[in-house]
Amino acid sequence: MNIIVCIKRVPETTDVDIFIDKSGKDIDKSGLVFDLNEWDSYAIEEAILLKEKLGGTVTVLSLGGEDSNESLRKCLAMGADDAIRLTDPAFNGSDGFATAKVLAEAIREVPFDLILTGTQAEDDGYAQVGVVLAELLGISHAALVNRIEVQDKKVKVHRELEGGLEEVFEIDLPAVLTIQTGINEPRYVSIMGIRKVAKKEIKTFGTSDLNLKLEEVGLSGSNIRLEKVFLPPVGEGAQMLEGKPEELALTVFNILKDKGGLT
Amino acid sequence: MVIAEHRRGELRDITWEMLSKGRQLAESMGADLGVALLGKGVNPFADALKSKAKRVFVVDDERLEVYNSETYEKVLIQLITERKPSLILVGHTATGMDFAPSLSVRLKMPLATDCIGIDVDGENFSLIRQLYGGKINASASFLKQGPYMVSVRPGAFPVMEKEPLTGEIVSIPSPLTDEGLAKRFIQYVEAAVGEVDITQADILVSIGRGIKDAENIPMVKEFADAIGGVLACSRPVVDKKWLPKGCQVGTSGKTVKPKVYIAIGISGAFQHVAGMKGAGTVIAINKDPKAPIFNAAHYGIVADLFKIVPVLRDKMKEFRKS
Repeated sequence: MNIIVCIKRVPETTDVDIFIDKSGKDIDKSGLVFDLNEWDSYAIEEAILLKEKLGGTVTVLSLGGEDSNESLRKCLAMGADDAIRLTDPAFNGSDGFATAKVLAEAIREVPFDLILTGTQAEDDGYAQVGVVLAELLGISHAALVNRIEVQDKKVKVHRELEGGLEEVFEIDLPAVLTIQTGINEPRYVSIMGIRKVAKKEIKTFGTSDLNLKLEEVGLSGSNIRLEKVFLPPVGEGAQMLEGKPEELALTVFNILKDKGGLT
Repeated sequence: MVIAEHRRGELRDITWEMLSKGRQLAESMGADLGVALLGKGVNPFADALKSKAKRVFVVDDERLEVYNSETYEKVLIQLITERKPSLILVGHTATGMDFAPSLSVRLKMPLATDCIGIDVDGENFSLIRQLYGGKINASASFLKQGPYMVSVRPGAFPVMEKEPLTGEIVSIPSPLTDEGLAKRFIQYVEAAVGEVDITQADILVSIGRGIKDAENIPMVKEFADAIGGVLACSRPVVDKKWLPKGCQVGTSGKTVKPKVYIAIGISGAFQHVAGMKGAGTVIAINKDPKAPIFNAAHYGIVADLFKIVPVLRDKMKEFRKS
């Protein structure tokens, strides 16, 4: 079983104060901590679990600058065999469609049985790259997968639906599955583990290596463009309670008595 | 054209939301609103939909009894190629996320996913999407020529009451054959029911990613016990296996309507908010003053949960005794 996993390095923005940058088109990322996209960490873990069970190789792919090596090395430390970085200044501004286009061209060169991606990225949240990729490669897919059983030349997958319901499909390989969080428990990577793979070669490919035309990548290959970013309008918002913890406790108690029927 | 979504005998809320938004867009575009309905024995749905659109395109085929991206795409490619809508609305749901991206590639139609705002001026659409887990909004535009496909976030557009339309039901022959599929539906599986039914609780104390470690959960459980509340959580807590799936509030978990909902260390992703917006009173505790949860709360406390929860726990016991 040869598996390709597509990953992305993203800034951590939960619990962090974020500000809009001067261009007005994105947030100011200086000072933010970056890590492997959460959904992708489940995808790479699932690929490695399958490899441990069935043999084969795991190749990890990412679109991005040199910074992305950090996330690729994390995947190598987790147990991936090879890492490929797709990089070209012309890729800047790629939306979900253009990103999938570049990934598809790179993947045509690599033999595979199964492709895993995260269901979505924490930053732009398109939730489309994996499914578009499948269509560009002309193979089957399933999105929001939270369980995989590999059978002979096919997989049985569970798709997470709303309200705790799942639907089970049988899919012929090769296929693309987009992985939902919670499917497994991604392994911890130690600093020692990262050091061990520090010297491992990460191959890089650009537009000309991939038989892509410039008009197929970046903004010119994209379907949508972000014009500007702004803080979400605050609706009525919450009435903010302030004070010492003891005073807040009394306020909360009174709300519970008043609204929650607490006695 | 709206692609209707239904599952196990029920039209899903997103269908009405898209029809409501679709009607407004169709009016400003000077276009007709149509809705595509795929399924088996779906005439009752067609009757229910016909007051909301100009045309209801029904493809009735036993092979469409359950959703499958492969059959859906085949049918929709034929329908859309024939009817040439200028805009297609799909739900950004578990179903829409599975077929809209591949359908858009097949039809060579630009797709904007997970939109919470859609406006049209002549032929130009302006869209609003969210980035960074809902902390930032972005306006976006299409770069290529239409027709376009937009996937719509559930709950983003309210259902407006408008005078009923007299929709025509148009029966479309199914293009499906008995040819084998590469993707085959097997069954639905229900998540296991938990020990405690969080949907029945008057007071829910809910924890999120901010709890950081399973060993911090007892502190919150004691607070919940002190006020006769039940412990619930957001998705990351279940993903990490710290609490069972039955405790999860949100789109993929339970929808709850307690009298009081206390959200602790929950950032407020829209999937979570969708599950708790029916709560009578919401109190949110988060250390990030910009956390989206404060937009969904009645009362907010900006604080480190590890400092405030122990005080809440101890004081509640004290207040209730006195």
